[in-house]
Amino acid sequence: MCPDHQPPSPKSPGRRGFLFKLGLALNVLGAALVGIPVVGFILAPMHRVGGKSWIKLGPVADFPAGETRLATFVNPGSAHWDGATAKTACWVRHVGAGQFQVFAVNCAHLGCPVRWFAQSRLFMCPCHGGVYYEDGARASGPPPRGLFEYELQIRDGELYVRGGQLPTLAGPV
Amino acid sequence: MRKLVADSISAVARWVEERAGLGAAITPAMDHPVPRRTASWWYTFGSATLALFVLQIATGICLAFVYVPSADKAYESLLYLNYEAPFGWFLRAVHFWGSNAMVAVMTLHMIQVFLWGAHKYPREMTWVVGVFLFLCTLGMAFTGQLMRWDQDAYWGLGIGASIASRTPGIGQSVVQLILGGPIIAGRTLSRVFTAHVFLIPGILIALTGLHLWLVLRLGVNEWPMPGRLVDRETYKRRYEEEVHRDGVPFFPDAARKDMVACGLVILIVFVCAAIFGPFGPHGVPDPTIIDTAPKPDFYFLALFALFALLPAWTETVLLLFGPPLAILLLLTVPFLAGTGEKSWTRRPVSVLGVILIVLTVTTLAGLGVVVPWSPVMSAWSGVPTPVQYVQGRTPLELQGALVFQNKQCRNCHSLGGEGGRRGPALEGIATRQTRDQLIRQVLQGGGNMPAYGKNLSPAEVNALVAFMQTLRPPNVPPARTATEPVAPKK
Repeated sequence: MCPDHQPPSPKSPGRRGFLFKLGLALNVLGAALVGIPVVGFILAPMHRVGGKSWIKLGPVADFPAGETRLATFVNPGSAHWDGATAKTACWVRHVGAGQFQVFAVNCAHLGCPVRWFAQSRLFMCPCHGGVYYEDGARASGPPPRGLFEYELQIRDGELYVRGGQLPTLAGPV
Repeated sequence: MRKLVADSISAVARWVEERAGLGAAITPAMDHPVPRRTASWWYTFGSATLALFVLQIATGICLAFVYVPSADKAYESLLYLNYEAPFGWFLRAVHFWGSNAMVAVMTLHMIQVFLWGAHKYPREMTWVVGVFLFLCTLGMAFTGQLMRWDQDAYWGLGIGASIASRTPGIGQSVVQLILGGPIIAGRTLSRVFTAHVFLIPGILIALTGLHLWLVLRLGVNEWPMPGRLVDRETYKRRYEEEVHRDGVPFFPDAARKDMVACGLVILIVFVCAAIFGPFGPHGVPDPTIIDTAPKPDFYFLALFALFALLPAWTETVLLLFGPPLAILLLLTVPFLAGTGEKSWTRRPVSVLGVILIVLTVTTLAGLGVVVPWSPVMSAWSGVPTPVQYVQGRTPLELQGALVFQNKQCRNCHSLGGEGGRRGPALEGIATRQTRDQLIRQVLQGGGNMPAYGKNLSPAEVNALVAFMQTLRPPNVPPARTATEPVAPKK
């Protein structure tokens, strides 16, 4: 037997056990240190609140009394790489005498874009056949409620709505 | 010279084998005995699915060389792939047809496995892993469809978000988690891209490995024989005996048919790709262009149809609990019926269950193609009034025919087979409803029809109803109330 190859000096089980536990603890710590930001990063959009703000739709004069017209706006807080998807459309109804209603285009059923038919004064959804009256009330079909309606205000002759999120049953506009 | 080359190659091969030992590791897997009768065409769907998955990985990696997962450029990069990149259109087409084929062949695999009783003891875990593979593949199909980033993708995400929003209490949080923000935009596409290219494929590859390992470890399901029951006590011993008595090595005896099946499905995908080309992208993903009728790819048409047909009050409950319950049921199948008969000839409930599910899904998908519940948005202005419904009519009735078109009635009601099918066809309406009933229906609506009371003048209602009273076949009397005499006085 080569004299260089001495059997390893016996180490105390306590030391080995300590090293094992230390290794385990360091790895758990490492996993937590990486895991917390990873999970937080992925879940972060869940808790993003306050994304809504007042958005200018245009001068009141663009929306003649008695008519319902499509208006578009750029979402506040959109990213530079959003392209056309930064935009959102909405239906502006000028009831008359400066009284307005602004509806989301998204059907209250499953979010498809509803279309306005001026002749029959109805909104119709192409997906599952939801129909709404001109005041946004549900007329027929599967929608559980009327169209989502934006909060609005008129300042200096301009029409503003409060928006910035996809209108759904959980977060109507 | 030839001998020298052959010797050198075999020397290199020996060297690689000696160092890596790959042959020694793979040979037992290739040679493992399988029951003779399982070398059947019915047992090839699994291999064919795997071959399609490999095809999807290969073509997917190629597409990722060019695809830009950014909301403002994704659409353009797809057009570049379609029209400029060499072979780009073909790779997109293969990826699309490959995905369709993968969903289809995997479904066949699942049905075959179930009918042949392969999910029973001791292969429960193989089935459970298979269910997750199925779900992941559907996830790939859905995210892949979204990466087309066209109008259908945009509004498809809207539909997904709207379903998620119905989660009680945390609906808005779930929506934002899916979309990566409050709206469908760039951050959403990045999430979808990550899921489609990294997350789900990673899970798929890992689970496929586990699935194959389980097949090797537990053996290929023997051909089910009526009357031969699965018993936890005796099954493994009997299986081993059968395989040793009458087994054949997997390679090449059983693998031959697998290889043919794999080659065949890939060939079919290539032919479809070459003939039909790539799918989409369709309209540009501009949410302000609302003149669109979004529709999912075929695997989700059944679900799409269900959303239209479910009674409104059941919808939220079924949307939220239906899918988890269905998945739970699939997962528990081998634990609910893990022993006993394997042969489908002795399992009538299983066979009827499969037939019922297949018929339901295909019927719903068929309806999803026809979409009878959707108004035909252009019918009022674009579909002609058939000549027989205007010929010989009075001016008042003709005025009514105009009201009928102008007020979009035709979007939901067909005349002469053309128009919407949301409401009843009106060819014979005068034989079913009296003048008073027609007026009431138009003004008050009901039975899924909006009320037109506010939107029609009395003169318009008068004309419209006069026209509708002419809508009956010749020689069929008009509808009458029960109190009227049968032959009215002249």
